[in-house]
Amino acid sequence: MAAIVSRTRSFVPPKSFRTITESAPVRWTLTAIAVGFLSLFLLMPLIAVFYEAFKKGVQLYLATFSDPYAIDAIRLTLTVAAISVPLNLLFGLAAAWAITKFTFRGKSLLVTVLDLPFAVSPVIAGLIFVLIFSTTHGWLAEPIKAWDLRIIFALPGIALATIFITLPFIARELIPVMQAQGRDEELAALTLGAGGWRTFFHVTLPNVKWGLFYGVILCNARAMGEFGAVAVVSGNIKGKTSTMPLYIETLYMEYQTVSAFSLATILSLLALATLLLKNFIEWRTAKSARH
Amino acid sequence: METRKKTKRRPSRRILPGFGLTMGITVTYLTLLVLIPLSAVFIRSSGMGWDAFWTAITGRQVVASYKVTFGISFLAAATNAVFGFLVAWVLTRYRFPGRRILDALVDLPFALPTAVAGIALTALYARNGWLGQFFYSLGIETAYSQVGIYIALTFIGLPFVVRTLQPVMEDLDAEVEEAAASLGAGRAKVFTQIIVPALLPAMLTGFALAFARAIGEYGSVIFISGNIPLRTEITPLVIVKFLENYQYPQATAVAAVMLTASFALLFVINLLQRWAEKNS
Amino acid sequence: MSIQATHISKTFGDYRALENVSLTVPDGRLVSLLGPSGSGKTTLLRILAGLEYPDPDALGRVLFHGEDVTDLAPGKRGVGFVFQHYALFRHMTVEKNISFGLRAMPLSKRPSTDEIRKRVNHLLELVQLNGLNKRYPSELSGGQRQRVALARALAVEPRVLLLDEPFGALDAKVRKDLRRWLRTFQEEIQITTIFVTHDQEEALELADEVVVMNNARIEQVGSPQEVYDKPKSPFVIEFLGNVNRFRAGDSHHSTAEAGVLYVRPHDVEIQPSGATPHQQAIPAKVLHIFSAGNFARVALERIGTHEHFEAEVPRERLRELALEQGHTVTATFRHIRLFEKNGFIEDTNLLAP
Repeated sequence: MAAIVSRTRSFVPPKSFRTITESAPVRWTLTAIAVGFLSLFLLMPLIAVFYEAFKKGVQLYLATFSDPYAIDAIRLTLTVAAISVPLNLLFGLAAAWAITKFTFRGKSLLVTVLDLPFAVSPVIAGLIFVLIFSTTHGWLAEPIKAWDLRIIFALPGIALATIFITLPFIARELIPVMQAQGRDEELAALTLGAGGWRTFFHVTLPNVKWGLFYGVILCNARAMGEFGAVAVVSGNIKGKTSTMPLYIETLYMEYQTVSAFSLATILSLLALATLLLKNFIEWRTAKSARH
Repeated sequence: METRKKTKRRPSRRILPGFGLTMGITVTYLTLLVLIPLSAVFIRSSGMGWDAFWTAITGRQVVASYKVTFGISFLAAATNAVFGFLVAWVLTRYRFPGRRILDALVDLPFALPTAVAGIALTALYARNGWLGQFFYSLGIETAYSQVGIYIALTFIGLPFVVRTLQPVMEDLDAEVEEAAASLGAGRAKVFTQIIVPALLPAMLTGFALAFARAIGEYGSVIFISGNIPLRTEITPLVIVKFLENYQYPQATAVAAVMLTASFALLFVINLLQRWAEKNS
Repeated sequence: MSIQATHISKTFGDYRALENVSLTVPDGRLVSLLGPSGSGKTTLLRILAGLEYPDPDALGRVLFHGEDVTDLAPGKRGVGFVFQHYALFRHMTVEKNISFGLRAMPLSKRPSTDEIRKRVNHLLELVQLNGLNKRYPSELSGGQRQRVALARALAVEPRVLLLDEPFGALDAKVRKDLRRWLRTFQEEIQITTIFVTHDQEEALELADEVVVMNNARIEQVGSPQEVYDKPKSPFVIEFLGNVNRFRAGDSHHSTAEAGVLYVRPHDVEIQPSGATPHQQAIPAKVLHIFSAGNFARVALERIGTHEHFEAEVPRERLRELALEQGHTVTATFRHIRLFEKNGFIEDTNLLAP
């Protein structure tokens, strides 16, 4: 469902301000309420993360990152992102190409299936892979045991759950952009003798690069931050199957509050960078639309 | 003659290349990673027999969790519908210093990992937290209570309402408002008779999206909720607890209920969006 | 190079865009596909380019110079296609846009970088855009983009040039200039050219040959003068230029019952009331006079039937007549056309009293 947020994201510069509006006192009151609400609900938690992390000084903050378990968690998180983001990128490009460049029956059904991961609770996203790959309860328990594979409570399970959760992001960023571009440029390339790959790499890709870039960054941020789905499949073994969000939970439960928040600052900065990038791209798009 | 030979086989009826390849990748990927895994929930729960299924999904603890999850999600989504409307209105219609930053910040719950949000909200609203101090002095327990769940679910649902409403508000035709005003309608009348009806579909869509997100939420809730059985346990947590106790059938049965609810909501959201599109 | 299309049909779902259309375009001609929107003209052009395939069950074939290209990919047909909205590659400079086709050639055929630069500069000169090599499409005016699109299409030395509504997105002044420019340009390079338009003035002024299309079919093919002076169907006469319609009287021509008579406004002559009453003269009332321009247009109402019609009268004639609103006059017709199943009858004796 996150899709809707990005799908309806406006690329249009705001229209000129209306001449007819509310009276000044009403305007000020409404603005004050909105600013207050946003500060309370959005700004405060963000400030709290950094405050709690640095409460006992920079030394203690930095100490978190010499904790070997924390380093393992960071490494695992990076590994999971390095597996799931490229796969979802490939899928996103293929899905966006198929959906925006062709007409075929069942397209809207396909798009609905694409949106399903947004509608599923993260916990269930983890559960479904347990139901298939668990060595005690899974559908594939026998072959997994026979081949001595480790999927649940191991990296593959974590990666699968993460792929599921972040699957729609890149496709969902690309589809509206590619839809808006139409097919004429690709057809023009074809009449000029270019083949499919050349058309894709030289015409389509440069046109959607910003949307694609944002999709990848967002997908990455979500992949690194996923908690519920990963919690279910990972078993949360410190130093082995504990990702950053899981290790934050562990630290927090062990009353190592400063360490928990210190690790959280990294993910928060990643989130902030994602927001910054989104706004930068929107600003760019609005600027080029004015051309 | 040579071309004759080459053209005997009619090429793919699609002009742009790559349909087979991209469609193949898309369908295979979605089938393997989404459809088959999700179907596991339904197939496994249908295999457990109706009685066992019914017992699993109507346990006391489970039913209490439904009430908590759906009830508080509804309240949080309703709060977001109201405040999200206000926020979207202020962000699209008024200009004030810091507007752009606040606008950018609306997406925070969307980008911030839920576990981080969970511990941050808990730190803020605990008895000794910045905001908790204030609420506790008023006798409101904001942490480890249903209020805490409400706070977390409001946090994660906010962007859905704001981001659904914003583009529609931007596209509202100023001329219609001006025409109404020129016909002598007061601002209040213009608002209730022209603006609200035009925004209603988008607002309901935003509400439904926030609600759908809230019922599945896990990470941001479990820290602040305290997870007291029958009182502050959300359904996703109940599923996790079943799993931790190796009660797989029970976990699967409850998951089937939740999935059905989510899919029903997805269907409603699709209808709402179609309505909203038709309206605009 | 000549183009031949035979028995082309095309359906999109339930919608019939082309129905058994055949067309031959001789080498070096400038041909216009003219018709209202939905007539199938753009679909036909796209089928010629290979951007659509004709319905496979039909016998539809496209031949270039006698060679069957029906199933050939667009890039292999040797067509230059100019899209209605130009479809310039927005992230490439003018230079890169124009050289795209050359750079996409297989290594064995690809010209050297130097050669490509020379070709680009030559093309820019040809379309009168020298020095704009490094501009991006967003930095060009509509007319300039048009010509970049043309240069890009010409860079690969196509055998045929196809243009979809080439002037549709331009404002009136630029449109006229470009139209003239394209005419001389085509005469210079002598390439078989087909363009689509819904603007009859554009088609008549620019083309050697006009193909009038309606409702998924070709109505008539001919030189501009032919289609204007000898329209083969009511559609053609109504679509090309202004025309007045009258119900055919029942006292004449047995086949004319319930038919419609067509008279061009410039074939209507106005006489003072009562002057030389003769058979195909009708009495009419002057409703309004639009006197801007060389010819005045006089709106008239036929007395008795209340049919409205229009006459085009030279200014001096108007002055001679001293016409004013409300006057009663006698209108006579130089040409009247009546369409029947198998053609049309041109007669001046068709009008019922």
